[in-house]
Amino acid sequence: MIAVCAVSAHAAGILRRSVPLVLLSVPLLVSILLVNTFLYPGATDPIVDVGPLRPTWTGLAAALQATLRVLAFGFSVVVLVLTTEADHLLADLERRGLGRRATFVLGSTLRAIPRTSGRAGEITEAQRARGLDTEGRIWRRVRGIVPLAGPLIVGALTDVEEQTMALEARAFTAPGRRTVLRAFPDSRVQRLIRWTVILACLALLAASIAGLLEPLP
Amino acid sequence: MTLVLEGVRYRYAGARASALDGVDLVVEAGRVTGVVGANDAGKSTLCLVAAGLAPGVIGGHLAGRVVVAGVETTQARPHELAQRCGILFQNPATQLSGTAATAWEEVAFGPRNLALPLDEVVERVEGALAALGISGLADRDPGRLSGGEAQLVALASILALRPACLVLDEPTSQLDPHGTRLVGEALGRVARELGAAILVVEHKTAILARLANEVVVLAAGRVVRAGPAAEVLDDAQLEGLGVEPPPSVQIRRALRVAGVALPAAAEGALTGIGA
Repeated sequence: MIAVCAVSAHAAGILRRSVPLVLLSVPLLVSILLVNTFLYPGATDPIVDVGPLRPTWTGLAAALQATLRVLAFGFSVVVLVLTTEADHLLADLERRGLGRRATFVLGSTLRAIPRTSGRAGEITEAQRARGLDTEGRIWRRVRGIVPLAGPLIVGALTDVEEQTMALEARAFTAPGRRTVLRAFPDSRVQRLIRWTVILACLALLAASIAGLLEPLP
Repeated sequence: MTLVLEGVRYRYAGARASALDGVDLVVEAGRVTGVVGANDAGKSTLCLVAAGLAPGVIGGHLAGRVVVAGVETTQARPHELAQRCGILFQNPATQLSGTAATAWEEVAFGPRNLALPLDEVVERVEGALAALGISGLADRDPGRLSGGEAQLVALASILALRPACLVLDEPTSQLDPHGTRLVGEALGRVARELGAAILVVEHKTAILARLANEVVVLAAGRVVRAGPAAEVLDDAQLEGLGVEPPPSVQIRRALRVAGVALPAAAEGALTGIGA
């Protein structure tokens, strides 16, 4: 999976940009390695005894497996994010039959993140102008979150009613499939790869259920 | 007659008192009716009722009749009403879908919901943007527009549904003077060129002095004054009803008190002050 991600990233010309993002998972990977290697429950095959510390081969194997899984998952997300515009993904999902409500929820959630962040910034500035300490020691900043959270949540809730009415006023609840604005290229090779991946996943799942694969730790 | 309210009484769900109490109102196609009144006079409620959102979407109890483009609002579904009566709220930010990457796609949101053919969606979007003179905003991110620009995009989104009637609830209240001027000019263009019936609630009476043909004054959910805009906005009782007269009226009164006669040629220029 990691190799597939690396090849895909290279083919898309984003390998160099993806490396720093993948490396963001290093603290998590290090903690997985340490916890599993030194504290794996029931392991009795020590690599070495260093006083109270007792790393085990079983723990190390489990740690490496978990690390590779996290790395593969993180790398695939990075490749997806760097190669695919969220708007394009949603537009194509909608074209393939995703309902208007699901599309709206996904789309508005993606766009709400920067908007909410902007509003939090405005409220922080307003609170600061009223003399609230939003900088300095960490406990002071934590204390500053309380007056920030109130207006942020209340503001978001009061907006919801007007947004709902604005959607109704734009025929959001009309029946039928929405008009599709864009169609994205989908070559035969892409379709072949997609179906191969889906079939491979199903085959692995079936093999796992049938007991043909060794259980993973 | 495009928008007709007959003996309309409306009470919000859980409320004891009616927010609207026996309102009669007619807005003809191509005419602009301004609504003024103090806070809690029922102006926003009137907008919701006229657009069919109350009780259709927000609930409550409606008595009397509201007819939009020949259809009674209580007999039509929200998406059917949306094609007859568009509504614009105060806050530009809450009216954008929040899902579009460009202003063009934002304006296309409504026509796409109606599952119109793609070429008709394109025609409607281009037409709505051109009608408001904002074709230059088409490629901009809606989230990065100024307040006035965002309000114009929201208005274009409504116009793209080609409603016979427009209800505007304080469309300039959150805008700076530049945004107010943009929206004011655009509304004038819509009224002149598209022939829609427009009901506009507006605290800035200077805009109504230029834009509206008729003005009604609401107080405690009732229509207490109604008539030609120039006449109602010049009413000496207006301030007592919580409405500030337009600057043109205030200047005219001040000149009258000072005994200064205003030349007839200056009257037209005076009406434009503050709009």
